Amino acid sequence: MNFEFSDDQKLLKEQARGFLSSKCTPKDVRRILDGNEPYHPELWKGVAEMGWLGASIPEEYGGLGLGYLELCVIAEELGRAVAPIPFSSTVYLFAEAVLVGGSEEQKQKYLPKVAEGAIIGALALSEGAGAVTPKTIKTSAAGGKLTGVKLPVTDGDVADYAVVAARTGAGNDEGSISLFIVDMKAAGVKAETVETVDPTRSHAKVSFDGAAAEPLGAAGQGWAILDKVFDRAAVLYAFEQVGGSQAALEMARDYAMGRYAFGRPIASFQAIKHKLADMYVATELARSNSYYGAWALSTDAPELAIAAATARVSATEAYHECSKENIQVHGGMGFTWEFDCHLHYRRSKVLSLVLGSLPRWKDRLISRLEERNAA
Amino acid sequence: MDFNDSPEEASFRTQAKAWIAANRPAEGWQNRTGRDTDAIKVSKDWQKKKYDAGWACIHWPKEFGGRGATPIERVIWSQEEGELGQLGGVFIIGQGMCAPTIMAHGSEAAKARHVPKIASGEEIWCQLFSEPGSGSDLAGLRTRAEKQGDEWVINGQKIWTSGAHYADYGILITRTDPTVAKHKGLTMFYLDMRSPGVTIKPIKQVSGRSDFNEVYFADVRIPDSQRLGAVGDGWKVSLTTLMNERLAVGGGFPTNFEEMFEMIKVLEGENGPAIEDQSVREKMADWYIRSAGLRNTSYRMISALSRGQAPGPEASISKLVLGVNRLNMASTMLDIQDTYGVISQKDLAVNGGQFHEIFFRAVAHRIEGGTDEILRNIIAERVLGLPGDIRVDKDLPFNKIPTGAN
Repeated sequence: MNFEFSDDQKLLKEQARGFLSSKCTPKDVRRILDGNEPYHPELWKGVAEMGWLGASIPEEYGGLGLGYLELCVIAEELGRAVAPIPFSSTVYLFAEAVLVGGSEEQKQKYLPKVAEGAIIGALALSEGAGAVTPKTIKTSAAGGKLTGVKLPVTDGDVADYAVVAARTGAGNDEGSISLFIVDMKAAGVKAETVETVDPTRSHAKVSFDGAAAEPLGAAGQGWAILDKVFDRAAVLYAFEQVGGSQAALEMARDYAMGRYAFGRPIASFQAIKHKLADMYVATELARSNSYYGAWALSTDAPELAIAAATARVSATEAYHECSKENIQVHGGMGFTWEFDCHLHYRRSKVLSLVLGSLPRWKDRLISRLEERNAA
Repeated sequence: MDFNDSPEEASFRTQAKAWIAANRPAEGWQNRTGRDTDAIKVSKDWQKKKYDAGWACIHWPKEFGGRGATPIERVIWSQEEGELGQLGGVFIIGQGMCAPTIMAHGSEAAKARHVPKIASGEEIWCQLFSEPGSGSDLAGLRTRAEKQGDEWVINGQKIWTSGAHYADYGILITRTDPTVAKHKGLTMFYLDMRSPGVTIKPIKQVSGRSDFNEVYFADVRIPDSQRLGAVGDGWKVSLTTLMNERLAVGGGFPTNFEEMFEMIKVLEGENGPAIEDQSVREKMADWYIRSAGLRNTSYRMISALSRGQAPGPEASISKLVLGVNRLNMASTMLDIQDTYGVISQKDLAVNGGQFHEIFFRAVAHRIEGGTDEILRNIIAERVLGLPGDIRVDKDLPFNKIPTGAN
């Protein structure tokens, strides 16, 4: 058995950490947090030059064709660095949707552009508060034209292309939904940036008014494609969350070691030690579950449906725990704008919502266990 | 990443599988995993058979009855032995904790005389460490050993001794010098549990079972040749034993997720099956991720072993996660039954009372072999590198340390 990343993959991880520690410092993250730029353009360019955008895209579509394990390793480091770039929307969601549902022609058209960093992609699904179901999707498509409003769309204001879920049938069942690729710079598309809990990741309200739409996958297959994309993306997001958890844990530890109260480092108090131990346990469980998800993703194993939901739930909980307790360990300084604790607290919440909320993924996990046991 | 054996591992697995298939005990052994005399005989027979064929304590050196197996071979063996491994329960303390201590600190005579018999199951051993006044603070122990000629005279009391009532021998930590700091005045011995002056009283637990004992020593005499390590080195010797303990206890319990899952599918709640209740589903998901997390963490440990690396710090989280998880899970399983959940009588209780048993057993799980709190300290100090607690008694002579009413 080998349930570890290979030496090459570990080397890639070290390189990624080295690159991000100089190109994605807290100062870089704060530039996006405090300024008006939707993302960090130099970092985005650098990431493209490193080949990360095409790490798992097959060579025939212009990628490096390394595989998903390599992408997981990169995702962990991006999460650790709270990278303020549209990586997940472009790679985990847009590119994966094209890989899962796209025609050969579409793959040839979009994936090389993703790999070289020429386009930013997004997935437009949500239309309002509450869980997204086929019933909540009002955006409709007819005659190659799309009409409706998507809110929020991660990176919707900077995306060149988006995969959009739209109603093509009358019912409320999954078969009434289809996917389309929309050129976000074309006529009939309007994107307005909205304020979110994490300004280091841009979100938009996107209105389609007869925008030209190109079908992705067969009509009525939208939900089935999304299900597959979500499983893959859940594993990749989980690695970002694990990276973030680890970083928040380390921040808390370092602060506790250097902060003295009552004549001793606060790290020597059991109240702090036990908190950090719990953060460690949550992170390790999430890491192990994410490794299993990575294995299932990279081998396209039937276990992926359960493994992805397990990784997602576990990593979401770990990052929430670590990012909030990191603030607690820092005391008053923890909730100031000046300290970096809130970068993780914000990112943790955004990552836990963009792919569907925790209760929804817990429910999804149990449904899949039911299906497995019934089989 | 892959879950396949290497060619060497595969060949070892085939060999193990074949031997087990040809030699496994007759069906019905499953009902004989308790601790009564008959059950222990079933365990001993299986152990002896393994020993004679070279399949007992396979990671030990050949001279002690093992086969010098690699850590990964040990894992493969335990996967192949599967549920038959339950028969080894009575030997865990002897093989997992006492024998490594004897191998590291015993005389050549003691090693030759006892270690192979521990491997073969002919001798069952127990560990006499905790005392009424020293649990987590083990070094606060008060059982005295006083030298008289070539012998030591032991007086005092131990508690929480698993299996003392059926053990043949035990390793015993004592205080030999109360005038020096507490960690410095300790000495380790081993003794025959049938020595005159040893009295064993089973402790009735909240579960109604008696897995542990109180052991009293009244002028018990131990020859100096049965000392393990130097006089005053008992603390150091005990660390060999304790390092092995938490792994053994943590790995010994199943997560029971699958049984629970089956049960919530059939139990009816107010609005249909319990599994349709959103709050139940959320709890189930939390248990599943922990139970899967432990399984997947063990894969990481096995991989490290397989690559010849020491298992990582992941080893320390297993018991901490499992204990409280089992307790909460069992409690919710009773809640789902509503009022009927009070019934633990086996012929009436849901699932034969399995979850009622866990409800009571799990409270011990969180304490034995290092409490949840001690485990968090260990993770914080040894894994995360936080400073140790300030110890007010560290440099005081033991007999000047204040004591309380409990």
